[in-house]
This record gives sequence, C-alpha cells and structure tokens, in this order.
Amino acid sequence: MKEQSNTSFTLSPAVLEYIDKWKDKPGNLIMTLHKVQEEYGYVPRSAALQLTELLDIPLAKIYGVLTFYHLFKLKKPGKYLIQVCIGTACYLNGGEDILQELEHILGIGVNQTTPDELFSIEAVRCIGCCGLSPVMNINGEIFGKLKKEDLAKIIAQYTK
Amino acid sequence: MSFNRYILIYRESDAGVDKNENLFDAFMKELGEKDPSNSVQVVDAVMNGKADPDSTLVKIIPDNIYFKCKDPVDAIKIVDDFIIKNNPVKKLEAAANNIQYRIVLRNCGVIDPENINEYIAREGYSALEKVLFDMTPDEVIAEIKKSGLRGRGGAGFPTGNKWAFTQQAVGDVKYVVCNADEGDPGAYMDRSTLEGDPNSIIEAMAIAGYAVGASKGYIYIRAEYPLAIKRLEIAISQATEMGLMGKNIMGSDFSFEIEIRYGAGAFVCGEETALLASLQGERGMPKPRPPFPAVKGLWGKPTVINNVETLANIPVIIIKGSDWFNRIGTEKSKGTKVFAVTGKVKNSGLVEVPMGTTLRDIIFTVSGGIGNNRKFKAVQTGGPSGGVIPEKFLDTPIDYENLVALGSMMGSGGMIVMDEDDCMVDVNKFYLQFSVDESCGKCAPCRLGGRQLLTYLQDIAKGNGDLKDIDKMKRIGNAMQKASLCGLGQTTSNPIQSALKYFYDEYEEHIVHKKCRAGKCLELLTYTINPEKCSRCGICKRVCPASAISGDRESGFAIDNAVCIKCGECYNRCKFDAIDRG
Ligand SMILES: Cc1cc2nc3c(=O)[nH]c(=O)nc-3n(C[C@H](O)[C@H](O)[C@H](O)COP(=O)(O)O)c2cc1C
Ligand code: SF4
Ligand code: FES
Repeated sequence: MKEQSNTSFTLSPAVLEYIDKWKDKPGNLIMTLHKVQEEYGYVPRSAALQLTELLDIPLAKIYGVLTFYHLFKLKKPGKYLIQVCIGTACYLNGGEDILQELEHILGIGVNQTTPDELFSIEAVRCIGCCGLSPVMNINGEIFGKLKKEDLAKIIAQYTK
Repeated sequence: MSFNRYILIYRESDAGVDKNENLFDAFMKELGEKDPSNSVQVVDAVMNGKADPDSTLVKIIPDNIYFKCKDPVDAIKIVDDFIIKNNPVKKLEAAANNIQYRIVLRNCGVIDPENINEYIAREGYSALEKVLFDMTPDEVIAEIKKSGLRGRGGAGFPTGNKWAFTQQAVGDVKYVVCNADEGDPGAYMDRSTLEGDPNSIIEAMAIAGYAVGASKGYIYIRAEYPLAIKRLEIAISQATEMGLMGKNIMGSDFSFEIEIRYGAGAFVCGEETALLASLQGERGMPKPRPPFPAVKGLWGKPTVINNVETLANIPVIIIKGSDWFNRIGTEKSKGTKVFAVTGKVKNSGLVEVPMGTTLRDIIFTVSGGIGNNRKFKAVQTGGPSGGVIPEKFLDTPIDYENLVALGSMMGSGGMIVMDEDDCMVDVNKFYLQFSVDESCGKCAPCRLGGRQLLTYLQDIAKGNGDLKDIDKMKRIGNAMQKASLCGLGQTTSNPIQSALKYFYDEYEEHIVHKKCRAGKCLELLTYTINPEKCSRCGICKRVCPASAISGDRESGFAIDNAVCIKCGECYNRCKFDAIDRG
C-alpha cells in the first residue's frame, strides 16, 4: 500500500526551488537530500514522502540511500551539534578521552540528543585540523588542542 | 629493492639544467666504470629555493650524508672515495637543506584562490590554451604517458594509459570525474589543493576532457569540505565568464562543463566504482571490475577518474614538458608527492617532496622529528589500507614499489607518526574499527572477516587473547585479501599484517604477559602507589570512583587492584607523580 504524504507538511520554498532546478538532472537524489538536511537539520519522514512524488523515486530507494550514508540524519539533532574528531591524529592524541568526557558531562552517548534538545554529540573522522588535534567542532566553531579539563567550561558557554 | 645505495642530486628549481646535467652524467659515467654490479641508483631530485649558487647538493642514501658538488671532479671523488672505498670526504660534506619542492602546491598560499586573474598571472590556463591550439588529443596523451605520472589516489596506475583507454573506448558520450572524496582519516592534501588552487583542477579536467573526447566533467567532493566547494564554484563561474570553460573554450571547437556533486560521508565511495554509483544517486557500493570505468563508467559511458593531486600535476607537465617532469623522482615514480604528516611530530602539516626522498628526511628534517623527548616508534603510510614502517626502514627512498615491498603502500598521502606512547595493538584496533564501520557489506569476506579480526584485537587488548589468535588473524587477513570485491576489504588486514611483521613482540606481550608497554590498553594496566614519592595528601583516595584506595594520612595509602576499574583518575590527579602505572 502506498503511504500518503502528510498533507500538513510542505517543503519550504527554498527546497522546492532547488528541486525544480535539479529535477531533470540524472542522479539528483543525494544532492536533494543534502538540501533538505541543510534546511531542517535532518531529513524528516514527511519530507522524504514528498520527495518520492516530486522526484518520482520510490520511498524504499530514498531510505536505502539515507541509511547508507553516514552524513544523513533521520532524527532531529540538538541546537548545538558537537562533532568530536576521532580521525587518526586526534585518536592518537586523546580524542577518545574527549569524547568520553563529553558523554559524561552531557549524560548522553554518541548520536544522542540531550532532553532539552540543546546538545547532540557526533563522532567524526578528520575535519582537516590534524595539527590542532584533538579537535571538536560546535556548529562550525573549531576547538583545538583540547584537554579534558577545558570541556565543562566550553559547554557552559553554550548553556547561557 | 634492488639497489644498495641511492645518490640524490638536488637540482635547484630555477637553476639551469646544464650545471646539473654535467653532474648527473659525471656520476653515471664514474659509476658505470667503478660499479659494474649496478648497485647504485642516481636520482634527480629537486629542491625549492636557493642554496649555494656555485654548488649542487647531493645526498647519499642510506648513509644520510649530504655533499656539495661544484663540478664533475667532485662527483668522481665522491664515487671513488665514498661510494667505492667507504672513506669519508669531509671536505665536501654539507648540512641538510630545505628539501621540499612544490609542483602540486605551487600556488597554494601564493595566490588568492577566489580570483582567477591571480591564477592566470601564474601561467594559469596557458596549458589548456597550448593543448587546444598546438596539440592533438593523441599528443596530449603521449606527453602524459612520457612524463611517467602515476595516479596519486592510491593505486599508482599510469595516468597516460588510463586516458588512452578512455580515449580508445567506443562511445560518443564520455565523462571526466575528479575524485575529491579524500577519505583517509588524517589526510587533507586534496582539500588544501582545492581550497588553495581550485582553478588548477578544473583546468586539468578540461585538458583531460580534450584528450579523451569528453565534454562533461564531475567533481565528486566530500560534503564535509564546504570551503573547497565554495571556491570550486567561484572558479568554475569565473572561468565560464571568461570563456575558459563552457561552450567553445577560447574560441576553439572544444566545449567542456563541470558540475560539482557531494559525497555524504562514506569512505568506500572513494573507490571508483562505488563513487560512480554514488554520482548516479545510488547507494555507494562497489562493482566487480572489469568492466573498468574507462570502458563502462558513469551511466555506462567511458569515464576517466582521477584524483585531485594527479590532476594538479597536469597543467605543469603540459607547460614544462614531460622531460622536465620525468627527471624528478625515482626510476619508476616520477614527480613529487604531497604528504599530510601528523601524529607525534613537532610540526605537523603538508609536505611536498620529490619521490625518492627518505621517510627520515620527511619526518625528521622537514617535520622536526618527535616532540616531548619521546622516541620514534613507527610511521603509518597509506591510512587504513597501509601499514606501519619501523625505524630501521626510515632511510628507504619513497616510491610506490618500495612502500609496497615494506608491507605498506603510498596510499593518498596520509603519514601518521607514532612514538613510544602509542601501542600497536591499539592503533591496529583503531584502523580495524574504521574499516569495519566503513565496509559497505556487499561481500562476505569483508563484512564478516573484518568484524572477526576486530573481535580478536579487542580480546587481545583486554588481556583475553591467545597466541593461536595470531595465526587465525593472518589466515582471515589472507582470505580477505584474495576474496574481497574491492580495495577496502582487500586491504583491511594490512595494518595488522605489518604490525605482526615488525612488532610481533608487542602482540606477544599483550597475549602472554598481559602487558601494554605504552600504557594504552587500559584493561591491562595496574596502578600502584610509590611510597617514596607519596606525600600522603590523600587526593587519590578522594577521587577514586571505585573506592579502590584505602588507608589514611598516618599509615599511607594503597590500591586494591581487584577493585580498581583502571580509570586512571588517581594517576592523573596525583601532584607528586607517586602513582606508578604499568
Ligand atoms: C576503499 C577505497 C577508498 C579510496 N578512496 C580514494 C579517495 O579518497 N580519493 C582518491 O582519489 N582515490 C581513492 N581511491 C582510489 C580510487 O579507486 C581510484 O583508484 C582513484 O581515484 C584513481 O585516480 P588516480 O589514478 O588519479 O589515482 C580509493 C580506493 C579504495 C579501494
Ligand atoms: S570489500 Fe568490503 S567495502 Fe568492498 S565491496 Fe566488499 S563489503 Fe563492500
Ligand atoms: S584527525 Fe582529527 S582533525 Fe584530522
């Protein structure tokens, strides 16, 4: 049975405009999903349902792609997305310790969000700042040469 | 390696070729007479910047000695006295110099990457002009073949041959794809090139398009590189505005357009057939080859796929000629290689050196060696597909074949330096976890074998290993090498295989003696209080979350290792260095 899209949800004009531009290009699914995620922070199910109609791609294929690629999120992340690097250089310089300490401070695990929806933690691989390892990235701001002791203070800045 | 010694002749970038040619010939001639067994290879290396205007720097490997040569007489003396008789030639010895040489990174940090005019002012787009108006596609391919350029994405396949296959493949529509998926965790050469010199890549793609007969190119780039994406977009739009991209480039009948497509965080999409699947908007799963992309690639059409760094070399080769390029590097590996040197070196960063430079020179001369008074332990090249190289092979001149002979590989250019504080089992576990996370799951050897290897490593790191596991790991690794569909599964066991070769004793220590000498495998550590250093402040007892520390300020403190959870809190907090860990 075909799942009906939720009528109360419509994709934003920015996304619709993007789809219009990309509609006829072959292999447009991944680019479109990026756009949706840029807009909403994740790919809501209702958005995926609309894409099946707009792009004429079966829902199963959309979810096949969404679940294959690490970058796509199916759940809404917190207001602040903390990405802790565990690439090789950061790992050797203590990235795992940073990750553990953060989990400890925020009381959540990797790929989880705090109940107040303020913070999510992600483990990522090399954000190209190896010289500053260990490194984390909070909504685009890079913190380098991290020490476990610094973390509580950094997090406190965002809770104000 | 078939040579006992290498002589590297460092030509200065701007110096006339003549001065060097005399020296090169003098060395060859003298060696021809005195070294009939042909045990010494002469390498034409190039260095950046000015040294002594009157002399040329020459390095002997593995002796690690530099000489200053003024004329052929000096060359003869070095061969006769030093190479043949093994006598020092103090008079000609010189200090090591700046050995970096920039071809790929020639414009990075020098020009404004968002202003195409600055690229043009440094001979930008003159290579494209040259091929469009002075060369046939066949001539372009012949020139690239002659240069000896090999793919920098990992496998080292000759670029000219790849272009020739695509050119010869039947089909009216063909594609050029730039692989900018840089997935090795801890490597960022391609990102820096794209951010610092985006025009060089799109110019090279157009040259490739002209050579193979394609009018459309795709750049498949990690979505995690927003700045590189932005600069590529700027470069493409500026070039199009100026008639350097798009329809009838520079008034010729050649048209070429480029589209940017994003990856979405899957390492396996760096593999070329998976990349093509992803470009087509599908799950990025590899396919068996043949058919190779050169014959049946994007949407079934002949496609040439090249790495960013490979492409960055193209315009320079066209302008300066294949002969110029061909003289840089070793016999089978030409040109330079960019490495991202990270880990425990003092100066981490990008290094571009001629092929044939030694690992020791990169790690110690350029990157400043190991910091914090620690000793070098190993370097991993080739990322998760490569292996570790121990101290005794640091004088190996880098080229594709030499690194494979050592059980590692060139890879894309990640170079992770480890010191005594790093544990081989732990590092292997890290890479294995990566490969297991990134396996696409399509074929069983990789999907099941990787997980099995990881389980053994986890057991060994916890002290639950068995010596028999080592044999099993080798057997699983060999099976994965032979039976996996793509390069990911085929190379997953490489880090383990190389560590077992060079650091077997460390594995044995973990398994038999339940010890981790680097102190990384936390479950194997025991903590004790050294009464000589202990000032009885009692902080350890207060911070221990497991209440494993007993005693008081009168009688002193002790740790009960049966209760200890090995968190290391006491060790971290003790101000008197009184907690021993081992
Ligand atoms: C698992 C895996 C990951 C790869 N990742 C990359 C990559 O990130 N970048 C790249 O250029 N090549 C990568 N390659 C190599 C490509 O398959 C291909 O050989 C290369 O892009 C060809 O370009 P070249 O001849 O210019 O090196 C990878 C291969 C495998 C098996
Ligand atoms: S070797 Fe691994 S990554 Fe490659 S196709 Fe098989 S399962 Fe996928
Ligand atoms: S490994 Fe963390 S930034 Fe590169």
